[in-house]
Order: sequence, then C-alpha cells, then structure tokens
Amino acid sequence: MSETGIGASVRRTEDNRFLQGRGNFTDDINRPGQAYAYFVRSPHAHARIRGIDAAAAQACKGVVAILTGQDLEADGVGGVPCGFAPDGGPIKEPPYPALAKDRVRFVGDRVAAVIAETREAAKDAAEAMSIDYEALGAVVTLADAPKEGAPQLHDDAPGNLCFEWEIGDKDATEQAFAAAHKVVALDLVNSRLIPNAIEPRAALGEFDPGTGNYTLHTTSQNPHVVRLLMGAFVLQIPEHKLRVVSPDVGGGFGSKIPHYAEEVVVTWAAKKVGRPVKWAAERSESFLADTHGRDHVSRAELALDANGIFLALRVKTTANLGAYLSTFAPLIPTYLYGTLLGGAYRTPAIHCQVRAVFTNTAPLDALRGAGRPEATYLLERLVDVAAAETGIDRVELRRRNFIPSDAFPYQTPVALQYDSGNYASTLDKALALADAAGAEARKASAEKAGKLRGVGYSTYVECCSLAPSNIAGAIGARAGLYEAAEVRVHPTGSVTVFTGSHSHGQGHETTFAQVVAERLGVAFENVEVVHGDTDRVPFGMGTYGSRSLAVGGSAVAKAIDKIIDKGKNIAAHTLEAAEADIAFADGTFSVAGTDKELTIGEIALSAYVPHNYPLETLEPGLDESAFYDPVNFTFPFGCHICEVEIDPETGTVDIVGYTAVDDVGRIVNPMIVEGQVQGGIVHGVGQALYENCVYDPSTGQLITGSFNDYCLPRAQNLPAIQTGTQETLCPHNPLGAKGCGEAGTIASTAAVMNAVVDALAPLGIRHIEMPATPEKVWRAIRDARAA
Amino acid sequence: MPAVSMTVNGKTVSGDVEARTLLVQFLRENLRMTGTRVGCDTAQCGACCVLIDGDSVKSCSVLALQAEGAEITTIEGLADGELHPMQDAFREHHALQCGFCTPGMVISAIDLVTRNPDPSEDQIREWLEGNLCRCTGYHNIVKAIQAAAQAMGG
Repeated sequence: MSETGIGASVRRTEDNRFLQGRGNFTDDINRPGQAYAYFVRSPHAHARIRGIDAAAAQACKGVVAILTGQDLEADGVGGVPCGFAPDGGPIKEPPYPALAKDRVRFVGDRVAAVIAETREAAKDAAEAMSIDYEALGAVVTLADAPKEGAPQLHDDAPGNLCFEWEIGDKDATEQAFAAAHKVVALDLVNSRLIPNAIEPRAALGEFDPGTGNYTLHTTSQNPHVVRLLMGAFVLQIPEHKLRVVSPDVGGGFGSKIPHYAEEVVVTWAAKKVGRPVKWAAERSESFLADTHGRDHVSRAELALDANGIFLALRVKTTANLGAYLSTFAPLIPTYLYGTLLGGAYRTPAIHCQVRAVFTNTAPLDALRGAGRPEATYLLERLVDVAAAETGIDRVELRRRNFIPSDAFPYQTPVALQYDSGNYASTLDKALALADAAGAEARKASAEKAGKLRGVGYSTYVECCSLAPSNIAGAIGARAGLYEAAEVRVHPTGSVTVFTGSHSHGQGHETTFAQVVAERLGVAFENVEVVHGDTDRVPFGMGTYGSRSLAVGGSAVAKAIDKIIDKGKNIAAHTLEAAEADIAFADGTFSVAGTDKELTIGEIALSAYVPHNYPLETLEPGLDESAFYDPVNFTFPFGCHICEVEIDPETGTVDIVGYTAVDDVGRIVNPMIVEGQVQGGIVHGVGQALYENCVYDPSTGQLITGSFNDYCLPRAQNLPAIQTGTQETLCPHNPLGAKGCGEAGTIASTAAVMNAVVDALAPLGIRHIEMPATPEKVWRAIRDARAA
Repeated sequence: MPAVSMTVNGKTVSGDVEARTLLVQFLRENLRMTGTRVGCDTAQCGACCVLIDGDSVKSCSVLALQAEGAEITTIEGLADGELHPMQDAFREHHALQCGFCTPGMVISAIDLVTRNPDPSEDQIREWLEGNLCRCTGYHNIVKAIQAAAQAMGG
C-alpha cells in the first residue's frame, strides 16, 4: 500500500484552508452591490392571511423591495416541488408556495421577503411589516392529526392524510402470528429532531442582464438537483442559463438535501431588483424552517417460536410530514424505512403499514440515516423486549436469528436483496473489544457505588448506495440516482476530477484523490477534486444516503477505466504495438514482453500535442466522463455496544463505554472512516439522551427554538469511543465500498437506549421514550419504585 | 456613525460602524475577514471565537465599539508561514470535518492551553462546553488538543 493510495490515512487536503479560516462558505461570499434579504415568517402555526400592509416597512431606511406571494404569482413562479411519490396508492401533493399568499401552515412559514441595503435594515423593516392574520386552529401531534374535527391543513387532504403505504406479505405475516408460540409487542415513539448543521443555510442569487444568466450560491448537498428542481419546475430557467454552486458547506446531515423556497426567492429577486441578493439564516430560522427529522409513532409486534426464532414482524407506523411535502419527504418513512425492518435477521414474514400525515409543524425530510435509524431503533428495541420476555439472552437471541454468512445473496421479505454480510463476526469482535465478559462484574461494582449500570447492543444492517435507478424509478423516485464524474488528465500528467458528489465534511477532496492516485498511478499531490458547481461538473445527484464513495467514487473509477483504455490506444499507436498487448500498471503503459513503456505523464503530453495520430481512430485529449448507476444497494452492517451508568438519585445517564465494529466495505481512508463513525454515533447518542424537538401541542409554537432549549451533545456529555472495522468488500461496485456516513447514527440510538433500559430493568422498567433525560429517567425510577 | 479602531492580527484597522454592530460583523462585513463564523444567535456555538487581548471571546457577544483599542487575533492570524501547533494538531488528528466550527474551536483551544498547559481529557471536554461541533463527535478534537498541548510545551 502506498502512503497516499487506497487504505492510507492520508491527512486531508481540505484542512489547510479550513484551519486557516480560508474556507469559502456561502455567507463568506460577497458580490459588488449586493442587497440582503430577510424573510418575514409566520408567527402562527395556522392562519389565514387577510392582508399585508408593507407601507411602513417600505418607508424604512435602506429598503430596496418588499416581495410577497402575490408578486411571485404575478411573475408565474410556482411552488417548490416534491421529488418522490411512493408507489402503491394515491398521494396528496398540496402546493408548497415559496411565499405564502393566503394561508400559513407552520410557525416559520415564509410570508414576505424584505430586500434592503444591509441585513440590519432588512430586519428593521421586517419588524415594521403589518400582516393581518386570522388565526386558525392548529393540529400538531400525530395523535391529533387524523381525528374527526381536527383542523385541516390542505383542502385536498382530508383527515390530514398524505398517503398510506405498505410493504411485505400481510397474509403470510398474519398466519405466522396466528401460529406463533409467543408474541411480543412494543409501542414506541421515534422522537422529532432538528438537524442543526453548524453552518446555517444561506443563499446568494445573481442575475446578469447582459447574458441573461443566473447564478445561485447555496448551502446544498446536491447543487445539480437544486438546479434541476428550481430551473425546470419553479423558475423555468433552462440549465444552460442557471449555475448553482455549493461551495464549502458546513455540514448537511440531510437538512441541505431539499430544495428550499429561500433559494427560489433570492434567485428571482436578484433579477427583480437588479442586484445580487443574499440571505443567511439566523439560527432561530434554522430551528423554525430547516427540515426536521424522524417523528414516528409505532406499534411493533414480533412473533417467535418456542426456540426464540423470529417468525414474523408486524409494524404500524404513523409518520409526520409536517405542513408541506419537502423534496424527498415521502421517501423517508416508506422505502428508506420499511425495507430496513428485516435488519440482520432472517424473519421470514414482515408487514409494515405506514400512514403519513400533515401537521402544522415544519416540513420533515431526511436526517442522517433517514428512515433507517427509525427502523433499526424499532427493531433493536423490540428484540431486547423479546429477549426479556422469553428469558433468552439478548446476544444469544440475536445470534440465533442472524442471517447466516453463507446465505448471501439474501432476499428479505421487504424488497431488498442483501449482497453480503457476516453479522456474527462483527458481533464477536465488538463483544471482545467492549470486554462484554466483564460487564457483570462492572455492574456489580457500580451497584456498590449506588449506580445502576446497563449494557445495550445494536446489531444493525443499513442500506446505502442510493440508488439503482431502475429500482428508484419503480418505487416512486422521479429521477434516477446514479452519479457522474469527469477525470481530466492535463498535458503534464496532473489530474482534475470533477465529481457530482458533494463534500460537506466527508473529505472527498482527499478520498477521491486517493482513488485516482492508486488507480492511475499519479502522485496524490497532483490530483485536484472539484465538486459543487454545475458549470464545472458535468452532472451530479449529490451526497446523501452514504452514497459518495460507493456511487460517486465508482463513477470516478469508471472514468479512470476509460482514461486507461484511451491511454492504451495512444500507447499502442506511439509504441507501434497492438492495443491488446498494452498493459497498464502503476502509472505505466508497457508492451507485454518488451521493455517498451510510457508513463501516464508521457501519454498525457502526447494526447495534447499529437503530431501523427490516426485521426479516424484516435482523438487527441485525455479527458473522460462517466455515469455510474449502481446495480444494487450496498449493505454495511455491524455491532455497537453501549454501557451506561445511571445515578438513581438524579436520573442522569452517563455513557461509560462505547464500542463500535462496523463493516463498511472497502476503506479508502481509515482516519476519515473512523471520524465519520464517531460523528455518526454522537448524532445517535444525541437523539437517545439529549435532543428533542418540542412543539406546543395546542398552539404549534416551537418550544425548543434555540441552542438554549434544544440540547446538542457537547464534548463533556460524551466518552471516548472505541471503533473497530471489518472489511467485507461490496461485490458489485468497482471499489468494493459500501458507505460509512450514517452507520454510526443508525446503530447508536438503539444501543444507548437498550443500555438505559437494561440498567433500569431490575426496577421493572420495560421501555422508556427518547430522549432519556435525567427528569424522564428519574420519574421512571420513582414511578417504578412506587408501583 | 461612530468610529472604531483596533489591532487585528497585528494590523491597525478602523471603520465607522453603527453602535449596534457586533465585533463579528465588523470582522466579517467591514474587514471581509470571513474566517470567524456565525453559527447561532444565542452565544452557544462558539464558531465566532476570537482572542481579545489573549482571551478567547465569542465575538457575537461583543460590540465592535467595545473592542476599541483591543488586540484581536482571529483564525487568519495564527499561522506564521507554518500552521500554529494547534492547527497542525487538528489536521494530524482529523479534528475537523466540515470546517465551519473549526476556527472557533482552534481559538478556544489555544486559550485553554495558554491557561492550562497540560489539560486532562476531562478538563478539555469541560472547557469545550461553549463550542459546538456537529460532525466529529468531539473525540478527535479532544485528542488534537491533548497533542497540541504537548507540542506547545505543556
């Protein structure tokens, strides 16, 4: 292995600029003459807009324009579209206007945009806006949404129902339950979260009247998707006249996948006011109007035989979509959720029903893991309950039901075909690393100190590499989910890679360069990775679902293969040999059985200064692009073990040990993978112990609207994390990679909560909802002792 | 508008600002030094930390006028041909991912090590209470600060 090739912990190229404050985030960009936008947002969860009086605001110092939904309508600007409608039944897709005109449906819904000379002037003027609202009743909770007489959000969605969806064989599942030796059931809530990337969203729109070209800089995980959605469906700007740039982006976690209305408004306003228009969210706006995540209520039942073998799983889930459909909202509680309910187990029959409803809350969409953490949490909690109620050890019960390592490819009853896996192996490694054998002794010693100690296990399977386009289309995605790349070898042999993947922390500029260095035999330092600019990168579907390396990296690998093929053609011509006799290795093209060879640098120079190429069969240049469409998803898996200590006097939960062993396929940069896993784990720990989005259930006011109220995990909340990896290669993509960005989050929430419940189990506590805050734990202990 | 003058990374700078202008706005918008970032509006996230006369301070909580005559060091002023040992340790230990919170983290960590040249893991975690990172899970940030403390002579 070279020091900079695949498998090396190369220090990151991008760090140099970030560490010196030279990163280039959207709000760092300024354009001559730019004006600033500030959005006037609804203070009501549900209200009719009777009138907007902008006169006082218009008279404020520095105001350039005040734009409303009527102005949008007058210019024929439509609403923000949804990109996914699940198969199998009707779905309600109410309009999602960029600025509300007649009605607002959540606190934070955009009503007007004030454009002014400075941010402060825009904000001052926004305060002078007079909007006459007629407050309507709000429906906030999942329990209330379908009730008779509940306020209705959208005229065409009676009962606030967006859609119903199901997966699996209902009859087979019912039969298995009828014949089961034992049935265990669990009602559980998957709490609502606010993503909170540390960079708030921002957007800067520009219009050049000389060329008619628009440019949007935005904090997006997928600038080409924004260009497609905004250009084709909202503003009717053809692709060649619209450039979307996502420069450095400060974390995404799913919340920067959707196409947002603010992007529409600044782009449209830039032409309207004849100046660049910039908007940067304040954190309060992020809380109110970024997409939120999770928010399910479920009933889960597991049927077992007398030996603890799982016979069937039955799940009924109500999922919150919020007030409108965000870009991928309907995908999250359906195909990214129901299909993962098989987990690591060979449960032969599974049936899952989902009801997705509208409420007067911020729209929901993907959040790190997106559906898969919800499935894993439900399943892994249910397995623990089954262990408790059958008396079978939790580890043994998992092991007994694992899909055996020789059963792959394995067709689950919920549509997926797992390509590979060895679940017992990651379990065994994690047990050893966590010293699980010593857990009982540690528990006993904690008891002496007056603490309750517990261990939690989570043996998960995730599904990445979104997505084979034929499957994506069949299940309701309105686009394929391939990826594009261009590899340009310059005349002196340095390389620029243009990838449709986007890095907002994942380190593509390093990892992708390692792939090129290894495969093309060029120096790592001579590879530059470009991403996030629709004018520079041929096309792209962006970064989400842990897809960058498996799909985006595979596209790069495919383009490299084309470069090598072209290089062979050039080498054959130059060395006067048959192309079939040209071999390529370590950056050198050679004629088999001779000492004739040319380096990739020599080939590149020749490609750009050709003097005697046979013009009909050999073009000059060494620049290839490729689109890679995965043939299947990839299926990372692993085992996480969490150990907690609870102080029964205060209810405080301390994580005292955390061990993760993950199999994410080929690891290009172990340092980066470890960092992704650590960060992912803490995101899941956040849900388990700290984070909770709370709306007032009657008024729909956001109670947790700042970092004072919404508890993000902090350094002192967390222990050091032990990680281990196993590398079972993905059998069907050129890199063997599976994906590692979400595994930590998918696994950890269940591991932590299983540990909390294990610690509390001696008191007779069977389940506790997230987050397991000191108050909630203390109350549970008090109630259990009183009972 | 009142005038303000201060030293930023060794250079004297001045400008006319509204009285309500925050130091972070002065740095980002008047001086166009965008390395100092704004991640929240409640003084929680720490992305805007700068050194004022050697102390790490959240520049979103200081008016530009309050910094009159002060010596300010921002993330842009740390490297002197080579990375500062704290910057170098962050790179070596992969203590940053998206890079947005990083300037504030690095500035805050330098203040810690100045005050406590050999901080324990617990002391580092406690100190970082005012700096939020959503990417790393803090594990590698703690390791980097420990390593930097050693490199800085702790």
